[in-house]
Amino acid sequence: MLRTFRIGGIHPPENKLSAGKKIVRLAVPKQVIIPLSQHIGAPAQAIVKKGDMVKTGTLIAKPGGFVSANIHSSVSGKINKIDSAIDASGYKRTAIFIDVDGDEWEDAIDRSDNLIKDCKLSGKEIIDKIAAAGIVGLGGATFPTQIKLTPPPGNKAEILIINAVECEPYLTSDHILMMEKGEEVLIGVTLLMKAIDVKRAVIGIENNKPDAIKHLTNLASAYPGIEIMPLKVQYPQGGEKQLIDAVIRKQVKSGALPISAGAVVQNVGTSFAVYEAVQKNKPLIERVVTVTGKKLTNPTNLLTRIGTPINALIEEAGGVPENTGKIIGGGPMMGKALVSPDVPVTKGSSGILLLTKEESVRKPMQNCIRCAKCVNVCPMGLNPTLLMNATEFTNWDMAEANYIVDCIECGSCSYTCPANRPLLDYIRLGKGKVMGIIRARKA
Amino acid sequence: MENKIIISPSPHIHSGDSVSKNMYGVLIALMPALLVSLYYFGLGSLIVTLVSVAACVLFEYLIQKFFFKQPATITDGSAILTGLLLAFNLPSNLPVWIILIGALAAIGIGKMSFGGLGNNIFNPALVGRVFLLISFPAQMTTWPVPGTFPMSYMDGQTGATVLSLMNEGVTQLPTYTDMLLGNMGGSLGEVSAIALVLGLIFLLVRKIITWHIPISIILTSFIFTGIMHLVNPAEYAHPIIHILSGGLLLGAIFMATDYVTSPMSKSGMLVFGIGIGLLTSLIRLFGAYPEGMSFAILIMNALTPLINLYFKPKHFGGK
Amino acid sequence: MILIAIISLGGIGAAGAALLYATSKKFEVYEDPRVSQVQEVLPAANCGGCGFAGCAGFAAACVKADNLDNLNCPVGGASVMEKVSAILGKEALKTEPTVAVVRCNGDCDARPQLNQYDGVSNCAIAAALYGGETGCSFGCLGMGDCEASCNFDAIHINPVTRLPEVIEDKCTSCGACVKACPKNIIELRKKGPKSRRIYVSCVNQDKGGVARKACTNACIGCSKCEKECAFDAIKVENNLAYIDPVKCRLCRKCVVVCPTMAIHELNFPPRKEKEADSTVKPQKIQPETAATVTPENK
Repeated sequence: MLRTFRIGGIHPPENKLSAGKKIVRLAVPKQVIIPLSQHIGAPAQAIVKKGDMVKTGTLIAKPGGFVSANIHSSVSGKINKIDSAIDASGYKRTAIFIDVDGDEWEDAIDRSDNLIKDCKLSGKEIIDKIAAAGIVGLGGATFPTQIKLTPPPGNKAEILIINAVECEPYLTSDHILMMEKGEEVLIGVTLLMKAIDVKRAVIGIENNKPDAIKHLTNLASAYPGIEIMPLKVQYPQGGEKQLIDAVIRKQVKSGALPISAGAVVQNVGTSFAVYEAVQKNKPLIERVVTVTGKKLTNPTNLLTRIGTPINALIEEAGGVPENTGKIIGGGPMMGKALVSPDVPVTKGSSGILLLTKEESVRKPMQNCIRCAKCVNVCPMGLNPTLLMNATEFTNWDMAEANYIVDCIECGSCSYTCPANRPLLDYIRLGKGKVMGIIRARKA
Repeated sequence: MENKIIISPSPHIHSGDSVSKNMYGVLIALMPALLVSLYYFGLGSLIVTLVSVAACVLFEYLIQKFFFKQPATITDGSAILTGLLLAFNLPSNLPVWIILIGALAAIGIGKMSFGGLGNNIFNPALVGRVFLLISFPAQMTTWPVPGTFPMSYMDGQTGATVLSLMNEGVTQLPTYTDMLLGNMGGSLGEVSAIALVLGLIFLLVRKIITWHIPISIILTSFIFTGIMHLVNPAEYAHPIIHILSGGLLLGAIFMATDYVTSPMSKSGMLVFGIGIGLLTSLIRLFGAYPEGMSFAILIMNALTPLINLYFKPKHFGGK
Repeated sequence: MILIAIISLGGIGAAGAALLYATSKKFEVYEDPRVSQVQEVLPAANCGGCGFAGCAGFAAACVKADNLDNLNCPVGGASVMEKVSAILGKEALKTEPTVAVVRCNGDCDARPQLNQYDGVSNCAIAAALYGGETGCSFGCLGMGDCEASCNFDAIHINPVTRLPEVIEDKCTSCGACVKACPKNIIELRKKGPKSRRIYVSCVNQDKGGVARKACTNACIGCSKCEKECAFDAIKVENNLAYIDPVKCRLCRKCVVVCPTMAIHELNFPPRKEKEADSTVKPQKIQPETAATVTPENK
């Protein structure tokens, strides 16, 4: 009996169209647009100005607060302008535009394919290097990694959990990364273990990726302390709290951090980025992006420079098909519908999904028949229909008392609802309001 | 509209489940019981079922069209389901005009007066049945004797149900085989335990309902009547007879599990089921009516909002 | 028999009455009689515009407060506050009546739709998701959160322009729509003499060229109005002009110079012929010409 998390969950059609497609390196575009907010927290502060020349890997923006991250140029060339550009948030935000000229890298970066296993650095030094490289959680949450590796005082991590479940339908970027860069991933894991000083790490992989499970299990025998755990396919297993529950059978309490259960969770892509940052001095300037969709001629996995406009990726995958209704940044469950194909790839872009018009349009909403299917699938044990009503009637007390802030916005409720009710739309709104109320009360 | 990108909040895919799929799923699950009733009650069963279904759909359509002035939603299957369930709770020799009154009570009072599907407090079919039971006790408690495709409607031979026999202290009861197959007097849909259980299996496999409500009702009544039987076997019948007779299985599988009127959390469903099991047994053993299933369900329907308030789903990470 | 019934029932009645009386005395809550007096003069709209949940809460706060400086019933306005101050013997601040003003004039013709929203028809939800169906991420989303929030039937979405319109006579300036609007488009402005007002009907802070491209009625921050104003009432900040209602003398000169007609005047009599001859009639200019006007545009 394979493990999974113990409350709720759904199993949408996996549609992993690009599974097994080798990683293709996408050509450097003519211009990149690098947004200053690619992570959760304060936007980074630009330290370059119009007309400056930069190399690939040059630091171009520094953290704008405690929760923030460095940003590096992903190309070499000249800063065209610092202006607002529409990004995945759907709003215009500040970004650095760089005109590409050649591809000259910073000298410190080791661009060879040599595998470097040994690392003499201390945990603190590893974390510093990770911070310097601007690494954020690559699973989509984009939380700056160095902060997650530095638990608040009084907490000690006991286990490192690597999130390789890739529970979102369609996405395959983590899967192919494990297949092609397995050794690097495992070295990254040992570095992370050293950084938080734990002896045990578990890589959780859903068993719809048997090749990755086998491949990593073979490799892991050479890396003491790393264990591969196959997990039952269940969405949203990639949720931090769900994964902890699945792997170590501990449920993080409402409002608590994962560290309270002794766990630190990192994405498998992050682990690869950590390897490159620590062993190769390479900042986070490119990532693997899945480009997929049922009508796309060539669904694929592309190694893409950060800041590349996504239409370059779509072109590589065969161009925008006729009848495309929606372009989604991320997977179909939690991704964001993008306003235009000019939006750049950011650190958190795990995939680009194109849906047809028919797939895009929602069906009309009906009355709630109280079938409780949303209650049964909610992985946080909430009552989505109650929370939606509370939000609709602005009953914030009721919403708070029923743990609206615990919602992880996985979308299982809206996915399941037979009456096509937009449960998550309302809950997300209510969650924001209630969090605002709680913050105001504390202040 | 031609080539504009569509923007909407996540999630961007849907399971494809729908209200009508669920309703038609329940209808399919009711088919074995319908076939059995056609076999044993023949023409009467056919007339009662058709009249009840047609009347419920018609009343729903008329009320939505002329009172609510909204597009009619009769295609979602819920009115058909109410009609069929109401028919299942009626004797197969009931005159048409009484069925029409029952359908009006079910749809008009039980469902539409609360605002339509999703807003009703009580199971509409049961509202219709209880309305008729109180208004026309004589007609509602004379059941035709089962035959093989009998072609009689209102002029057939009548007999009593197992429960009314027991209530009157008669000891000669149908055999277990008859009770399992449905070869006994009773409302037209409730007689065959096997057909109803087939429906339950279908509902569980298709994940239309969870096991919590039916199983807790059946177990509770079994245990409660079992204890009473052990205390005084002469006075109180064997628990298996209680489970197989009357509307217990029909109620537990199809009436109590009505989405709208049952609790939302699993713990709430168990409380709901136990409540129905206890109330049914109490009414059967100590009440004036031989059958208590419909009253028990209606009482627990009324308590559902309260159960929802106190029995919340199990929250991730505990309190 | 009858006697027994009368005695027993009468007894039960008497005992019940005594019990009710005793409990009502014991649990009686003292309430300042002035609270109900104040409540009497309040509009009883329970709109929450004062910052309290309803009129009762506001009345209690008025009685309790040392002075009425921070308390104001926007619905009743000065006349009601005068009555309140008469009851309580406390001085009320004189407030000028205000009214809700919608600061967006990007109707469907001016703001072409670029994408199609397919979520819940709710401005707050759409605003949390993205900038909106048009190129302007500041402007009205047109889904009517303001309309839903209004207790007085005073604001409605015009189905043609998809912009809200305020019915001035009904607007009580309670501020519900101001809070409801996720884009902060609606402002409570001084009602002005004879309800005459001049305001910039745009909140777009994009640079002129960008704003202009998204919406032909947008304020492009060209500062013409700022220069024109003789009373220092107009300030351009973040590519957006704002007219200070206190300083504005309603001379209407800014309205004429605005190249995009983003400055609106309300309830003024039509301009005299002579005036119309001497001043250039404001005309909508084409985007190309707008580009030459805006200094920011490259």
